[in-house]
Amino acid sequence: MAIRVYVPADTTAASVGADRVAAAIAAEAEKRGESIELVRNGSRGMFWLEPLVEVETEGERLAYGPVSKSDVPSLFDAGFLDGGTHRLGLGPTAEIPYFKNQQRLTFARVGLIDPLSIPEYEAHGGLSGLRKAIACEPQQIVAQVKASGLRGRGGAAFPTGIKWQTVLDTPADQKYIVCNADEGDSGTFADRMLMEGDPYCLIEGMVIAGLGVGATQGYIYLRSEYPRCWKVLNEAIERAREFGILGPSVLGSGKAFELEVRLGAGSYVCGEETALLESLEGKRGEVRAKPPLPAISGLFGKPTVVNNVITLASIPIILACGPEFYHDYGMGRSRGTLTWQLSGNIKRPGLIERAFGLTLKELLYDYGGGSASGRPLRAVQAGGPLGAYVPAEDFDMPLDYEAFVERGAMIGHGGIVAFDDTVNMLEMARFALEFCAEESCGKCTPCRIGAVRGVEVIDRIKAGTDLEKNVQLLESLCDTMQYGSLCAMGGMTPYPVVSALKHFPEDFGLVGERHRDKR
Amino acid sequence: MTYDLQRIEGIIEAHRHRPGATLPILHDIQHEVGYIPADAIPLIASALNLSRAEIYGTITFYADFRLEPAGRHVVQVCRGEACQAKGGGRLEAHARQRLGVDFHGTTADRRVTLEPVFCLGNCGCSPSVRVADEIYGRVDEELFDEIIDQLNSGKGKH
Repeated sequence: MAIRVYVPADTTAASVGADRVAAAIAAEAEKRGESIELVRNGSRGMFWLEPLVEVETEGERLAYGPVSKSDVPSLFDAGFLDGGTHRLGLGPTAEIPYFKNQQRLTFARVGLIDPLSIPEYEAHGGLSGLRKAIACEPQQIVAQVKASGLRGRGGAAFPTGIKWQTVLDTPADQKYIVCNADEGDSGTFADRMLMEGDPYCLIEGMVIAGLGVGATQGYIYLRSEYPRCWKVLNEAIERAREFGILGPSVLGSGKAFELEVRLGAGSYVCGEETALLESLEGKRGEVRAKPPLPAISGLFGKPTVVNNVITLASIPIILACGPEFYHDYGMGRSRGTLTWQLSGNIKRPGLIERAFGLTLKELLYDYGGGSASGRPLRAVQAGGPLGAYVPAEDFDMPLDYEAFVERGAMIGHGGIVAFDDTVNMLEMARFALEFCAEESCGKCTPCRIGAVRGVEVIDRIKAGTDLEKNVQLLESLCDTMQYGSLCAMGGMTPYPVVSALKHFPEDFGLVGERHRDKR
Repeated sequence: MTYDLQRIEGIIEAHRHRPGATLPILHDIQHEVGYIPADAIPLIASALNLSRAEIYGTITFYADFRLEPAGRHVVQVCRGEACQAKGGGRLEAHARQRLGVDFHGTTADRRVTLEPVFCLGNCGCSPSVRVADEIYGRVDEELFDEIIDQLNSGKGKH
């Protein structure tokens, strides 16, 4: 029997040479007359080890990494196909502490299976949620999602079941399921990894959503920065259709569900759900005023579920194992697991799926190993470019939606970007406003004009011109943006700005403690 | 730059009956021609029963669409925070200096257009650069020069 060798086809693995490593392994095996089956899996999410090569021996997966093309002959010399010892050997993948100490529910199959193989998907628990959903009434499906306590993983953390209930309760001749795959936050890549590593999980979640609320058409709105996802999703949808997961009668149930991927075009604000709907309709991605909620009047004016990739991909396991199983993870009103994404100046960047409740410190040091540069960590930005900067003294805070909000921060989509002590926080605050000026849809004034004026004010602060006056002006401007903007783009850009000013006044030329006390 | 108007008409015809067809049409035209020629705008508008202003407005809203041809290769340097935390700022400066253009600029020989991008989802191996559908991770100044040298020698994959 051919030995299975796994080399990820994931974007990040490929960005550091995984395709070259895969080609080299295939060529070397042929040269040596070794019979191997090369599987291009998703990433395990341990990015400092990419490209991570795995060999399956006696039912166990052994890891080697980071492997470069030039290491391949020596791996064969060391007999890695039989688990031979090599300087890049990491032992069994499942025993690597970073990986072992996770609770992988949504990501259970990512990195484990051939992403496009439906038989492998099924063999690892896939489709059992959908089969159970088919046997349920729509209201029973929605009730299970409610009972699981799942909240939207895109950033807003709205209870998913309540959104679904609204769509179910709104009568219409056509309803839609829209997957928000416009993962624009810097420091986030969970959606991408899932779509590349286990696309059927998302598809299954969307079909269940369709059955739950009575929608027959789904769209995945994918950002154009993800070319590999585009290919994987289109191929997976094609195969799912052939298999009967999609089409006029889902798994022979007599209920229809169709699915299509649509490509965004480089606009951050299209990750906001109403701008996304405008874009799907072929228009400028300008935010809509709410109400009406998309659940009542969404895509083409019809009731629409708009959910993030991870939200939808968490549905199959909730249906398969029951809502209590999922609800048992987590703390307070934050139930289940969150896929934390660790990046920036960190020794061991990657994806960590854990129940809510661990602390930022555990994430940054136990998993992340501290800074990559070896210098002290000074701050992290949590929740993307609109997320607050958290100073090192607050690293003990538990990772839970409410605990973050209490401290003026947010979890968002779970991205944590680490910075060492060489970071200039005035520059980061300036960047947040510059980014907002670049990406604002232009519809409302506080965001469109506020961001531009904000950059100018920070430049005056940087130059030391009328310092106290301009700091006051910046604070007042942030207040206007936060409370006067139509959506989170303008409404949350103040988070990184105000948090930088509050926690790092010295970078703005202010005397530290005095300013901090005043606030 | 020359293009085949019939091909553009074919693209419009292939998509016009899909709901919300504008973006798929624009993507395919840009893929075919390299930009959205002015001549295409009235054709799209007429096929979708929209005004030319609406189509123009959509094109100009999105960073991906361009009304003028770019250089032969578009090189995107990520400006996201995760890249900045790992020396992305230095890489941006180096890219501008090496190519002799600012962001959105094209080199005099029209080989390379330099563009900023806000996150490629490759934050675990930052800083990142994208050329066509290839994404490069852990890019330092030296690797950036290698990528550009490959493009210039015509040996690159793009």
